[in-house]
Amino acid sequence: MTFRILLGVLFAAASLQAQVSFDRILHGDREPQNWLSYSRTPTNQRYSPLTQITTANVKNLQLQWIWQARSLEKFEATPLVVDGVMYTVQAPNDIVALDAATGRPFWTSPYTPAPEARACCGRVNRGVAILGDTLYMETLDAHLVAVDAKSGQPLWKTKVANAADRYSMTGSPLVVKDKVIVGTGGGDGPIRGFIAAYDARKGKELWRFYTIPGPGEPGHDTWSGDSWKSGGVGVWNAGAYDEETNLVFFGTGNPAPDWDGSTRLGDNLYSDSVVALDADTGTLKWHYQFTPHDELDYDSTQVPVLADIEWQGQPRKVMLWANRNGVMYVLDRTTGEFLKGKPYVKANWLDGFDAHGRPHRVKFPSAEGTLIYPHVHGATNWAPPAFSPRTGWFYVASWENSGTTAIAGQFPRAASSNNRQTAMGQTNLVPFTNDDTEPFGVVRAYDPRTLEPKWEFKMDDITWGGTLVTASDLVFSGGREGYFLALDARTGALLWKAPVGGQINAGAMSYSVNGKQYVAIAAGNALFAYALP
Amino acid sequence: MRPAALAAQHETAADLLDGERAFRNNCANCHGPDGDQIAGIDLGRGRFRRQMSDDDLVRIIRTGIPNTPMPATSMTVEQAQKIVAYLRSRAATAKTGTIAGDAVRGKALFEGKGSCTSCHRVAGVGSRVGPDLTTIGMTRGAADLERSLLDPDADVQPNNRFYRVVLRDGTTIDGRLLSHDTFTVQLLDTREQLRSFSKSDLRQSGFIKSPMPSSRGTLSAQELADLVSYLASLR
Repeated sequence: MTFRILLGVLFAAASLQAQVSFDRILHGDREPQNWLSYSRTPTNQRYSPLTQITTANVKNLQLQWIWQARSLEKFEATPLVVDGVMYTVQAPNDIVALDAATGRPFWTSPYTPAPEARACCGRVNRGVAILGDTLYMETLDAHLVAVDAKSGQPLWKTKVANAADRYSMTGSPLVVKDKVIVGTGGGDGPIRGFIAAYDARKGKELWRFYTIPGPGEPGHDTWSGDSWKSGGVGVWNAGAYDEETNLVFFGTGNPAPDWDGSTRLGDNLYSDSVVALDADTGTLKWHYQFTPHDELDYDSTQVPVLADIEWQGQPRKVMLWANRNGVMYVLDRTTGEFLKGKPYVKANWLDGFDAHGRPHRVKFPSAEGTLIYPHVHGATNWAPPAFSPRTGWFYVASWENSGTTAIAGQFPRAASSNNRQTAMGQTNLVPFTNDDTEPFGVVRAYDPRTLEPKWEFKMDDITWGGTLVTASDLVFSGGREGYFLALDARTGALLWKAPVGGQINAGAMSYSVNGKQYVAIAAGNALFAYALP
Repeated sequence: MRPAALAAQHETAADLLDGERAFRNNCANCHGPDGDQIAGIDLGRGRFRRQMSDDDLVRIIRTGIPNTPMPATSMTVEQAQKIVAYLRSRAATAKTGTIAGDAVRGKALFEGKGSCTSCHRVAGVGSRVGPDLTTIGMTRGAADLERSLLDPDADVQPNNRFYRVVLRDGTTIDGRLLSHDTFTVQLLDTREQLRSFSKSDLRQSGFIKSPMPSSRGTLSAQELADLVSYLASLR
């Protein structure tokens, strides 16, 4: 053990700009200055070990640089930082390398998706992955591309799925050992979603797991007729990896068609689920379905958050999940056992669970319309949450009090004249005139052992932003109002705010260069970096 | 093919129903259930960012608009035509109201006895404090207009809500709410001034009822009909 740590320290110190091995990604805590995966490490805790910015001095944060994207799309990507070099995506699919200290560009690697590329909800991308000297990006036209991290030169491009068949890809890839693991989006259309692993060197497909079981496979009978062939179930957000069990975890999307469940009777496995797959073979080890037979687009594509907590007096390896369906879950990540589930926002579609964790659903779309909470856009969506091993709390930005009128077979209506639909995030600030009866955004800290909130920070407007927590007990977040916020991770007190002039549709991240800690957030069409003077 | 011929081919109730279903399944996710969720576009009322023939719409539904979020679809021409026919039928319905009364007399009432211009504006005349009514007939039917006159608080659009702020020195300022967030409020005050406040500087802030008086008891049934007729003619 001592030898391993020593080796790690020597490696990090002696080889600036060394290749990014999987060991470095897996053990990101050994190099607090870097951010090597979508939510920093494959546990998706979005926890930065950096402590230069504290609850006492955060009020002094100053803008260090802005990088403006040549894109009018939403900026949902979380950048990576590798030894002073930042990599992000200019939507839809240009990879950009920046000096992380100044925001000055090193290079742009352009990629234009094929014309048949379509996406339900914006031509967006949530960021690149890295292994060795190679960057990996999912593309809107359903390809996996590899680009040289030093030069930006394209290395290879593999077709994952056929964009003309309405497949698209917007997530950040998950690197595990020598593989790049991705999911296919487009599940609001008639696709059959899948997760696939590719050889990181050449892009050759190594395994594929269909999120809808085929004939003869367990779960196939949860789809009536031929509905399984086009039942959607996209995968469009980053997965997680657990070294001890060698499992990868991905959240899966809604079944299609979204609103008309009559054409796909049954539970529709593995829609709205978490699937645990053997990282080497793609074999399903366990699954848990959050929303059986979904008719409200309750995608469960939130990033799985892996944490080791005390559970009923014993250490337990769990997975925390704040779901779009308004319920928060604690699962045993080794076995998939349902440990606890509880609404964390106003949610009326269920009134409890059976002994196996299957929700008891009490609200259904109807001809005259049924008021269902939460809204079709959900309690949360793609934005990443955070977990602090220091406080032991789970930090989630969500929509509260959001309902929808569900009409059988139709796009859900606004719950009332004052409870309106909203576009799925935009870039610019928009006039906001909601009153107190309407949905609002809130950042809350939850104790995973009870799923009770410890504090909350309420916003007027809703939020599509994520959370970041640091080892100095700061939570960074923001929302549609366009403020980048720093909250006290133990009390929720607002400690600092900065207007960023555009909506925040991403999670924040932190890194350091030459001993100086930065906090970066994408907002509007730009990326902002803050540090102490 | 001429636009009229296009629409005429798909005017059966079944086709319109098909069109509606296809719209809800394919378009409403972005355009919203009423087709009005994207700025500058109101599909349910036939409003687009530029003049659109039925042929244009069919083409856009099928091929999308490059470099925008509007995607191509795999729909046949016939399927796309049904959506267009459904949208046209909605737009036609939206414009139809049961208009009674005399618009000329209604205009005189609007500008005279009704004192409507003290808050509302039509074609550049009148106050900006209330909603500009220059094209109100395009978005509101007669029944809606009548209800707004008789019961102004029944259905206030969010962008027409009134708001009050009280400064630390006790000064009270009312106005039409233009925007608010966790930390600030923006109003058009009753003196038509654009005002922005930091909530930390306020003693109190919140929504108030619409200052618009009800016409019930102040206008006769005929006068009400005349006023509704005038408002419905504003397009």
